[in-house]
Amino acid sequence: MRRPILVPIVLVVALLLASALPAPAQDKPRSGGELVFVVPSEPPGYDAHQEETFGLIHPMAPHYSTLLRVDPFDKTGTKPVGDLAESWTISKDQLTYTFKIRKGVKFHDGSELTAKDVKASYDKILNPPAGVKSLRKVAYTAIASVDAPDAGAFVIKLKYPEASMLLNLASPWNWIYKADILAKDPHWYEKNVMGTGAFKFVEHVKGSHWVGKKNPDYWDKGKPYLDGYRAIFISNSAAQVAAVRGERAMIQFRSFSPPERDSLVQALGPKIAVQESAWDCANLVAMHHEKKPFDDKRVRRALTLALDRYAGSQALSKITLVKDVAGIQVPGTPYATPPAELEKLAGYGHDIAKNRAEAKRLLKEAGVPDGFAFTFKNRGIPHPYEPLGIWLIDQWRQIGLNVKMEVIEASAYHPMLKRGDFEVAMDFQCGFIVEPDLDLPRFVSNSDANFGRHKDTVIDDLFSRQGRATDPDERKKILRQFEKRLLDEEVHVMYTLQWHRVVPHLAKVKGWTITPSHYLNNQLDTVWLSE
Amino acid sequence: MHKYLVKRFLLMLPTLFGVALVTFLLIRVIPGDVVELRYAGDRGAVAQEILDQERARIGLDKPVWHQFLAWITGVARLDFGTSMWTGAPIWDEIKLRFTLSLQLAVMATLVAVALAIPLGVLAALKQDTWIDYAVRIFSIAGLSMPSFWLGIVMILVMLVAFKWLPPMVYTPFWVNPVQNLAQLIWPALAVGYRYSAVATRMTRSAMLEVLREDYIRTARAKGLMQKLILSRHALKNAMLPVLTVVALEFAFLIGGLVVTEQVFNLNGIGLLFVQAVAHRDYTLLQALVMLVAGAFIIVNFLMDIAYAWLDPRIKYR
Amino acid sequence: MALNPPLDRALDLEVARAAGGWGEAMRDFCLRRPLGAAGAAIIALMLVVAVLAPLISRYDPVINDFGAMLAAPSRAHWLGTDAFGRDVLSRLIYGSRTALLVGFGASVLGATLGAVLGVASAYFGGRVDLYLQRVMDIFLSFPLIILALALVAILGNSIPNLIMAIMIPMIPRSALVIRSSALAIREMPYVDAARAAGFGHGRIILRHMLPNVMAPYLIMLTAFLGQAILLESSLSFLGLGVQEPIAAWGLMLRGAAVEFAEAAPWMAVFPGLAISLSVFAFNLFGDSLRDALDPRLRTQ
Repeated sequence: MRRPILVPIVLVVALLLASALPAPAQDKPRSGGELVFVVPSEPPGYDAHQEETFGLIHPMAPHYSTLLRVDPFDKTGTKPVGDLAESWTISKDQLTYTFKIRKGVKFHDGSELTAKDVKASYDKILNPPAGVKSLRKVAYTAIASVDAPDAGAFVIKLKYPEASMLLNLASPWNWIYKADILAKDPHWYEKNVMGTGAFKFVEHVKGSHWVGKKNPDYWDKGKPYLDGYRAIFISNSAAQVAAVRGERAMIQFRSFSPPERDSLVQALGPKIAVQESAWDCANLVAMHHEKKPFDDKRVRRALTLALDRYAGSQALSKITLVKDVAGIQVPGTPYATPPAELEKLAGYGHDIAKNRAEAKRLLKEAGVPDGFAFTFKNRGIPHPYEPLGIWLIDQWRQIGLNVKMEVIEASAYHPMLKRGDFEVAMDFQCGFIVEPDLDLPRFVSNSDANFGRHKDTVIDDLFSRQGRATDPDERKKILRQFEKRLLDEEVHVMYTLQWHRVVPHLAKVKGWTITPSHYLNNQLDTVWLSE
Repeated sequence: MHKYLVKRFLLMLPTLFGVALVTFLLIRVIPGDVVELRYAGDRGAVAQEILDQERARIGLDKPVWHQFLAWITGVARLDFGTSMWTGAPIWDEIKLRFTLSLQLAVMATLVAVALAIPLGVLAALKQDTWIDYAVRIFSIAGLSMPSFWLGIVMILVMLVAFKWLPPMVYTPFWVNPVQNLAQLIWPALAVGYRYSAVATRMTRSAMLEVLREDYIRTARAKGLMQKLILSRHALKNAMLPVLTVVALEFAFLIGGLVVTEQVFNLNGIGLLFVQAVAHRDYTLLQALVMLVAGAFIIVNFLMDIAYAWLDPRIKYR
Repeated sequence: MALNPPLDRALDLEVARAAGGWGEAMRDFCLRRPLGAAGAAIIALMLVVAVLAPLISRYDPVINDFGAMLAAPSRAHWLGTDAFGRDVLSRLIYGSRTALLVGFGASVLGATLGAVLGVASAYFGGRVDLYLQRVMDIFLSFPLIILALALVAILGNSIPNLIMAIMIPMIPRSALVIRSSALAIREMPYVDAARAAGFGHGRIILRHMLPNVMAPYLIMLTAFLGQAILLESSLSFLGLGVQEPIAAWGLMLRGAAVEFAEAAPWMAVFPGLAISLSVFAFNLFGDSLRDALDPRLRTQ
């Protein structure tokens, strides 16, 4: 009779003890030191509103602040927190967002930032002046107007409620510029750097390096911890690995491949720490819906059934940048499909023998002869396109298809896709924040990125419905339907494997948390060196 | 002879023009353009109006002959325009990389010559002995290895055996000579070794030819010291073809060693070439090709002068 | 840019060789030039391996076997396996086919087309010569790698396109050298006599000029063979050459081989050795051939 009372007492005591134990590995940040990192590519211009490459973000994000940003300590990269926004309120009808702008934030030239600057920057993003382009305009079609009623308040009014608006605003590309400069010359930021970020610009030597130094007037007192940083541009991946291994560089913020990680771990032992995460990038296979026999959904279904994704994941994750078997959202994020549900979709089942038999049967039914030959076009990039291509061809060989791979040089690849000059081709999808509104628009029938040219009003309808669903559970349900239609019922596209991000870095680099996107968490204000 | 030289000089111009024209047309045939590449990025899709706007800004919407005319008139004024990828003036893009490639070319050539001349002379003097074979095997081995393989092996050995890595960032020689040389000596050795092979062979066969000449036999018969013979008679005449080869190799080296630069991570012209092609940066590519072809053509021309001056026995059409 | 001695020396030599016959010449070659003979032997071995590839390789070079990926050399796989479980030795054997196909294809076509242009240029002279020279100059001064990059980007990566990309830079080099040799013959009095006697262009070219440019032609050919194989491996390394899953030595050195250089060195070492050895053999042979044909015949 006494046991029922003991159990809760024991539990409470255990909990108290656990909370009293020191939290693992949260040492106190140490100030000082220069972070040296390598970047595989270089920024062509300096204005984030007009560029699209991570080669811009990695060396330059530390110079700027954004209105909102993704929580730098959150591994899923899906939690918006304020950067220049101290707090915010959302109206009941979800149409008005009011942001309180921090006081005491200074630009690197000494002038103070007000909501006016935020408004001017967003005006530039939403309605760029003539001759200036904005690559993110299309992401904000829901916004009706932006205003700065006073120096400390920034107000956004929407045309219709949008569940992802906050996360959308946390885009790493929405740097806040100085209104006065924009008014005088909207092109100024294409060639100059001047923001409110934790680091000031020192120099950029083309083809060589980028240097930033600590901003002593940064609004977050005590930060940044680093004295400065140096980004070195190295395009050859073996040279990047050698740099980290020789301890000349401390980290590369995009990703290394698994064998590179293994060689670093073996060489440096305790001096190396490795962070890994599923990546907000996946390779899909696009099938041209207007070319025979891929206009027949049985053939498309056969192609996806042939893939042993789980065995492929095991093997390929050892040699290239892929790992998880996933659907339309990165595993581990709020809207990802749980594995038990995923298994029900075509090609995601565990019984590969059964799947392949079914695939062969479907091909026969559709009139595709055994040994049927077609060309699979792939992009000329070593990771993970080439290994995935080799794997795909071998998988399709096992259902009696004779596939030849044609590799198109990376620069010529996108025009080829747009022209529709393919039967089956490798497609790719990369996002900077895991959010269905940002990851899925390409599957809409009239999207520029709908290379397979499918026309499906059901998909279009499901997509717009999920965007307006403000209840998360309701939204999940619609997304499941969307996924089923896309990958199972119609097989408009097929996902191969989710990319996997592997960032080995010198163990002395602390305060940086990996997220699914290599565009996030690069402001370096939270990073410190333990020696 | 003057007439010949003037004629050769004038002939350089149509060649340069031809190179310009071929480059201009060739790169525009390759599918893909700089605007799409820059703004499509990782996501693979960008609004059409943005593409059109940018193309108009760079001048890609004009007809090809119009673009060519605009460019070639600029070139005549030595204004190569601005890079289509970054918008910066071409010379800004090139100058640092060119300095590095030039220095590497000079260093590699020095290494090649330092290897080739003594080895070639030695092999010629000891023709058909094991020394001759050893020299030939050594130099041909250098020609046979893939340059990137050699580079990868070198870097791996440095890392694993010596736990040392050359500096990653280029510092010009006048800023910090030690660091500069520490970075460039390794690729210079790798490249120099490769290029010494042809020069060694040239030196050897040239020496052989000259050693058979009558006047050398007479000199030997007179009892002059071998060294004297070598240095005064033989070597001077042997120099001609060797000089040709060395100069031509140097001109090739200016073109940038694409693979070597990748492996040793050198910020040189070769890497810039690859990037320019990948980016479809027409103006930069055109300027680079003109630079390299120009260097080659000029070196060729200088060689012609040297030949005509050094050996009046040679007749040209 | 060739330095050419008077033709009669070369002519004399050709006559002397013809008198001895091919068998005699070959025996002579093997005895007096062991290095060249060694090179020739390796080349012969390569040819045999390439032709008999399906018979002598144990495994299919293309099929993936993830159960055996990255296996060290063992009885089952003599040279180990690569990142997809494919047998390295089998891929090397089939790779010799690609190397020889591309190597011979590009160099034979390049040397021959160049020779044709060189002879035509020398024979017809005048305007023809001037224009051909200029065109050759243009392609000569064009950086090789750019030409290859551009051609592959335009034409795509198939083996025929690769052969074309490698062959094009070779044509002007061959033309230049052959032209120099042919020029010397052109100036011989008997050519004018033959024209005066009414012999057609074709006959003069075939009967008199071609045999005399044989020597530099053969030398160019063997030099090109080695270069073609190296160029193919460089292009594959850059991602512009032969494509997966075709077995090719240069391709085997790309990507995974470099990354696994420490963990699985057999992936990079053996293809690198194969390339080096074959190019070495071609160069040795060509070097000795050059010596044999005339040590005093200096060509570019």
